[in-house]
Amino acid sequence: MSQAAAVELVDIWKRFPGVVANAGANLRVERGTVHAVLGENGAGKSTLMNVLSGVYRPDEGEVRLDGTPQRFHTPADALAAGIGMVHQEFRLVPSFTVAENVVLGSAERILRRQDVEARVDEVARRFGLATEPDRPVWQLSMGERQRVEILKSLWRDARILILDEPTAVLTPNEADELGEVLRHMADDGRSVIFISHKLHEVTGFCDVATVLRGGETVAASLPVAETDAATLANLMVGSTSLAGERPPYRTPGEVRLAVSGLCALDDRGLPALHDVDLEIRSGEIVGIAGVAGNGQRELAQVAAGLRGSTAGSVHLDGKDVTSAPPRRRFGLGLCYIPEDRIGVGLAPRLSVVENAVLRTYKGHRRGPFLVGSRLTAYCRDLVERFGVRTGALGDPIAGLSGGNLQRLLVGRELSGRPDVVVAAQPTRGLDVQGVKAIQDLLVAERDAGTAVLLISEDLDELLTLADRLLVMHEGRIVAAFDPMDSERSVIGEAMAGHLADEGAA
Amino acid sequence: MIGLLVATVSFGALLYLAALGELISEKAGVLNLGVEGMMAMGAVSAFMAAHQTGNPWIGLVVGILAGALTGLLHGWFTVVLGAEQVVSGLSLTILGLGFAAYMGKNVVGRPPGAVLAPVDWGPLTDIPWAGPVLFGQAPFVYLAVLVGIATWFVLSRTRAGLALRAAGESASTADAAGHSVVGLRLCAVGIGGGLAGASGAYLTLTLTPQWAEGITAGRGWIAVALVIFGAWRPGRAAVGALLFGGLLALKTRLQTFGVDFSPILLSMLPYVSTIAVLIAISVRARNRPSPAPAALGTAYRREER
Repeated sequence: MSQAAAVELVDIWKRFPGVVANAGANLRVERGTVHAVLGENGAGKSTLMNVLSGVYRPDEGEVRLDGTPQRFHTPADALAAGIGMVHQEFRLVPSFTVAENVVLGSAERILRRQDVEARVDEVARRFGLATEPDRPVWQLSMGERQRVEILKSLWRDARILILDEPTAVLTPNEADELGEVLRHMADDGRSVIFISHKLHEVTGFCDVATVLRGGETVAASLPVAETDAATLANLMVGSTSLAGERPPYRTPGEVRLAVSGLCALDDRGLPALHDVDLEIRSGEIVGIAGVAGNGQRELAQVAAGLRGSTAGSVHLDGKDVTSAPPRRRFGLGLCYIPEDRIGVGLAPRLSVVENAVLRTYKGHRRGPFLVGSRLTAYCRDLVERFGVRTGALGDPIAGLSGGNLQRLLVGRELSGRPDVVVAAQPTRGLDVQGVKAIQDLLVAERDAGTAVLLISEDLDELLTLADRLLVMHEGRIVAAFDPMDSERSVIGEAMAGHLADEGAA
Repeated sequence: MIGLLVATVSFGALLYLAALGELISEKAGVLNLGVEGMMAMGAVSAFMAAHQTGNPWIGLVVGILAGALTGLLHGWFTVVLGAEQVVSGLSLTILGLGFAAYMGKNVVGRPPGAVLAPVDWGPLTDIPWAGPVLFGQAPFVYLAVLVGIATWFVLSRTRAGLALRAAGESASTADAAGHSVVGLRLCAVGIGGGLAGASGAYLTLTLTPQWAEGITAGRGWIAVALVIFGAWRPGRAAVGALLFGGLLALKTRLQTFGVDFSPILLSMLPYVSTIAVLIAISVRARNRPSPAPAALGTAYRREER
């Protein structure tokens, strides 16, 4: 080690009330490399990166850049030192335009709108990140928003770019493009820290990997070329066996959820769904594949009653619920696992107990009053059954990791014994064990006779779980596949809007 | 009739100054319901300073400072200590009104030491209609126009404005971008208080040049409503200020016109129209974000997860 590393994190400790997020974590990132930081949810990756980017101050330990110890008091200090971070939850101002978001923090004293927009566009083009600088961010898809986030760091010419689970919101193609951008940056002498738990991405475009488990570094700077996915996975999980086996297929029963001729508008008021027909039967999982922003989100919302439709109908168990509110649909046995865990699914400042009973509290009442002991008992049961790791049940859920939040949410929704499950991206951003747990729950529901609509951007997941696979493109269902014997490439073509004749149903 | 227009503009400026202050504060994410209190503090301090020194400009400066300090008290509680903004703002109204009454006990009903008289624009004042309405006004009116333009420019065309709006839309984003959320918000609340103070000074130095308890007469609340009415935009707030100013002017003149209309109903109109605007905003904006700053009313603590 003749030369000081670009980044060194030495023996970092960070404690939160009830949780030790980092317990002596170490990381050493060389210049010009793409360095993967692997670990399950709750392993302390995000906390460690927040320490490096100045959001958190470590309780103990040292941050060194190029061998020099640093003391970051604010994210601004870290930024000034050349550290750019793309957070999992985007740090974007929805009401600002793309350009305003990009230059925020590094703008000139007086803003000349057109000039700024032109320059942002130029940088975007240089790195192959197509955007419209004058569009407000609230109109953009998640994938587009991430491009803006990355653009922000590139705009500031960050020497060290941290990406916290960047591909969670990207399509496979977008992820590959991202890989190229990152490679480009590394070749340029910058360092990229890539937080992920998608092993094929790590082996695909990272040079070195560091693995965290339980807040500690369990493997430091493994050269990716000399290791393999199974080794990394074992290090992350601490145990073996990941290979998902396809659950056996059963003959589906009667139609539970029927959608016909459905049209709906997106947030911008533009058509998002065109004439969508769909039937899901008891005991089957119907997967919806598609590139982000092709109407999947709107489809789930319309099915759940959170978005109005402009034409067509939705039937639950043969009853017309086209204009029924979510409450009535829930009463008819529909449960919805929303894309946005926090916000739509869970209320971050409410406690674990309160979130657990948000959906149904009927069984826990005495007269008009809720009975605290019954709530707690119910919640404890839920937490145990679904393996949610939490601190005190009375604490706000904001301190829980993504995987545990999702277990709580899915547990709450499934405990109502639904007939129909609409799951939008239920495993996005979860670690290996979390993904497996959620997938097992969905399969168990199916085996119990529930009709499951599974919307996912992870094609492997869909191929593993779905009994039928539909592909959405520009608001239409453009193809149907049998997941048992379909070529990934053919499905990919359909997702991209190139209709392959033999695949189209 | 000309008198009505003149009064409309001068009342409009009174409301506009205070509303601009509130707008700046809210754009940074701090709801300050203490406008009435800050105005009262500005009013009494300006009057007393002018009374003591005989110089109305010193009165103005002191009024602005008093408003700013009162506003910063709110800033200290809500921005630094993270207290609930509505509660703190309401307390500030009560505190400001009470403290101003206490301070001004000895100058109640006293003649003013000095007033800020209308600016003399020479022959321009003699233009029919436009002359008295536009050029016969006190310096406060021109101050309000300048501050309005400056507010628009700074908010939409400068780095400082971008940072300030970011602090009000998404504090964590502003923080991550390297802006001090606490600094920006304190600044905004301080400026907001200063403008409320200036509005108060306008009352006691020009409009009714004396001090009496309750002289602000709920105009601070109209200013708060005006921010919403103007959809958080300086330009629209100016239109609203003239509208509401016209209502205030009309209220005092109804009897002289011999119109039999309850002035109490008239004073409800600003609030009724604000509610109407709120309804219009939510009807129009089903799927688009509200014009209100997204982080309005929320404290920011960095390490909160």
